[in-house]
Amino acid sequence: MEMTVSVGRGTAVKRDPLVIVTGCSSDSHTWNLVFLQLLLEELGYRVLNLGSCVPEDLLIAECLARRPVLLVVSSVNGHGYRDGMRLISRLRERAELSRMPVVVGGKLGVSGAQSRDQLADLVEAGFDAIFDDGAEGIASFRRLLYSMPQRAIA
Amino acid sequence: MRGAGFGEFVRRARDAGELVVQPRMGMSDPRRMRAGLLATRAAAATTVGTITLDSYTRVGDWESAELALLEDGSLNGYPIVSHDIATTRRMLAGVQGDGFPIQVRHGSATPSHIVCALMAAGLDASEGGPVSYCLPYGRVPLSESIHNWAQSCELLARLRSVGRDPHLETFGGCMLGQLCPPSQLVAISVLEAMFFHQHGLRSISVSYAQQTNPAQDFEAVYALRRLCGELLADVDWHVVIYAYMGVYPASPEGAQRLLGEAALLAATTGSERLIVKTVAESVRIPTIEENVSALEYAAVTAAQFLPDPDIDALVKADSQIYAEAASLVGAVLNMGTDIGQALQLAFRRGYLDIPYCLHPDNTGRARSYLDTAGRLCWADTGKLPLVDAVVARGARTVTSSELLESLSYVRRKFDSQPIVGSPAEVALEPRGA
Repeated sequence: MEMTVSVGRGTAVKRDPLVIVTGCSSDSHTWNLVFLQLLLEELGYRVLNLGSCVPEDLLIAECLARRPVLLVVSSVNGHGYRDGMRLISRLRERAELSRMPVVVGGKLGVSGAQSRDQLADLVEAGFDAIFDDGAEGIASFRRLLYSMPQRAIA
Repeated sequence: MRGAGFGEFVRRARDAGELVVQPRMGMSDPRRMRAGLLATRAAAATTVGTITLDSYTRVGDWESAELALLEDGSLNGYPIVSHDIATTRRMLAGVQGDGFPIQVRHGSATPSHIVCALMAAGLDASEGGPVSYCLPYGRVPLSESIHNWAQSCELLARLRSVGRDPHLETFGGCMLGQLCPPSQLVAISVLEAMFFHQHGLRSISVSYAQQTNPAQDFEAVYALRRLCGELLADVDWHVVIYAYMGVYPASPEGAQRLLGEAALLAATTGSERLIVKTVAESVRIPTIEENVSALEYAAVTAAQFLPDPDIDALVKADSQIYAEAASLVGAVLNMGTDIGQALQLAFRRGYLDIPYCLHPDNTGRARSYLDTAGRLCWADTGKLPLVDAVVARGARTVTSSELLESLSYVRRKFDSQPIVGSPAEVALEPRGA
């Protein structure tokens, strides 16, 4: 498998399916995004890493232009629930993006783990999966990734 | 006494042989923010206060900040632009003053609204910088950030005409929190201080964040002091050390030992101020009580150490970090007398290049790694003007697990308990201004 570590440069293996990785509009953290890019590239995806503090309009435009097989939203600043709810509603408003797989993960609230209700809200609003911070979250994210290429090709 | 600002307070503490300690703290509710400041002031330590702003305010999304206030107020900081000035003045009444200056911390590349709001509220100290509050934190073009920061510096500097002494701290010594080799942290911190000076500030602090190897940190702080001595004439400057900004130990003992090392670094190198971290750092935003404990622990620890008796010689000494930092600073200053324009050109040409920084204006060729002693080294210097100063390891691919290993090196070293579960959880750590 060819692998690139050209973080932030947007180059990658052309044949592979594209995943967009993004931070939320108010979230400045980037190590989570660098890690996710490397992980996804190792698993054979091309990655467009939009970085941190991505305005929603820019993210929507990139999704419409590039049609990724998966959008990975990562949030660690405590605004993930709030930003995530707003972002997913705006994405799902666009008919072209209504079926695009979108997942969110990280530290989603200001006071540690999220309530079940809030996680349910995020799914209800249109996320396909939520990965709360911690070992179980990342393990199930990997399981999703392993299942993705088939899903992408189909 | 009017006119005795943030810098003056720190200078008096230094003359009294005391390290100033400071938390990172911001709450959306003015009553809780006030309580936090009062608790900081009352801590058994020489303290200054912090108002950390929320991240909606940082990116200029006032609408979301106001909406959150109307709903449940669960913001990750104090929305100084959205609260009206009277509210902030009431929050501060009787709290800030000569004996307790307060710094506003934000992380914005578009800071003019924030600077206006803090000045209107009677405050005069902040931090950041055109590079350090832009490249690590979002997508605002570097050229815009430089323009915005020049404007904000000049705005803040106007307070000097009414007898105040506004203070700005560079955040350049903390780029990305981790994995930026110390020489480049030192160089950017000094360059941002020169930028502040060029735009009217005379009271400035330069930051350096504790990294992964204590000996390297000592060398870096001495190099920083030497460069400031050489380049910041006509400036009242001091050094502020940040306790480790990367993935923090999860155990209370490990977290405390790491903070203790930061206090030792600050005290021994003659640094004047220390920004602490708490035992809760690895899991969530700390409580007021946790912050007070961290302040007091850092103060007690620092008080056990005197500045190195050979400090003058150590600052003057030639070192690898000084050679690299001087080379980086020199290359930037050679590109023009306007520091802002020189910084912009330097990033465009790769003369400054932050490893792993995702910002579109960062060249992104430089790479770093940790050697077996935990020293932060160059794997690839890209186009950095370090050819004669550095033997880089040579570029090679970095895997996601290698990256995590480097990011969590300090946690592993300081946690007495072995880490259980997947290392992936450590990728998702809080960091921020």
